[in-house]
Amino acid sequence: MSTDSRFVHMMWQEQELSKMVDGGVPFPMLSDAGGRVGAVYGIYDEAAGVNIRGRFIIDPDFKIKAMEVLTADVGRNPDELMRQIKAFQHVRATGEVTPSGWQPGQPALKPGPSLVGKVWQVWKP
Amino acid sequence: MAELKDSCVKPVRGPIAPAASPPSASTTPVQEVQKVTARVGQDAPDFELSAFIAGKGFQPVKLSDYKGKWIVLCFYPGDFTFV
Repeated sequence: MSTDSRFVHMMWQEQELSKMVDGGVPFPMLSDAGGRVGAVYGIYDEAAGVNIRGRFIIDPDFKIKAMEVLTADVGRNPDELMRQIKAFQHVRATGEVTPSGWQPGQPALKPGPSLVGKVWQVWKP
Repeated sequence: MAELKDSCVKPVRGPIAPAASPPSASTTPVQEVQKVTARVGQDAPDFELSAFIAGKGFQPVKLSDYKGKWIVLCFYPGDFTFV
């Protein structure tokens, strides 16, 4: 989503993105004219008149689970995005929690009194 | 590709205020300033925007139509830049 019009989105897809990704980017490219939605999400830069690099993960209950905001000069890391989505999905499915650096396939933690002071024993990444 | 006929200006709803928002003071101005309402753990602020979708063309997209799925919203400063 950017403040560009849907016409510009179409040109970007046809002129550039479709040459980098086979078949083009499959996601809806949203046009946030005037940054009205960006303002509600707290990532609209009034001085520049554009949305900065905000990224939000929303779960099936429509709750925001994660947000990441960067200034315009540094791009995102899709691997970290996927790791976070998989961690939230694991937590949702199992009720376990995922410690820092957790990767899909690694054991997660079962929160509770018996874990207090014992994380060092069970979490050895 | 689907029909791409479209007018130059097509109104969309933009941010959609929660239906349950209570009416505040009677002197509330008609046009309110958009407040930041996105917070982790809270409902995602809903909206409807026009979109380009590869293979489908132009169509409005409402965020809450995707309720029940995992959604990633990605904002970036402009087309023809990196994300």
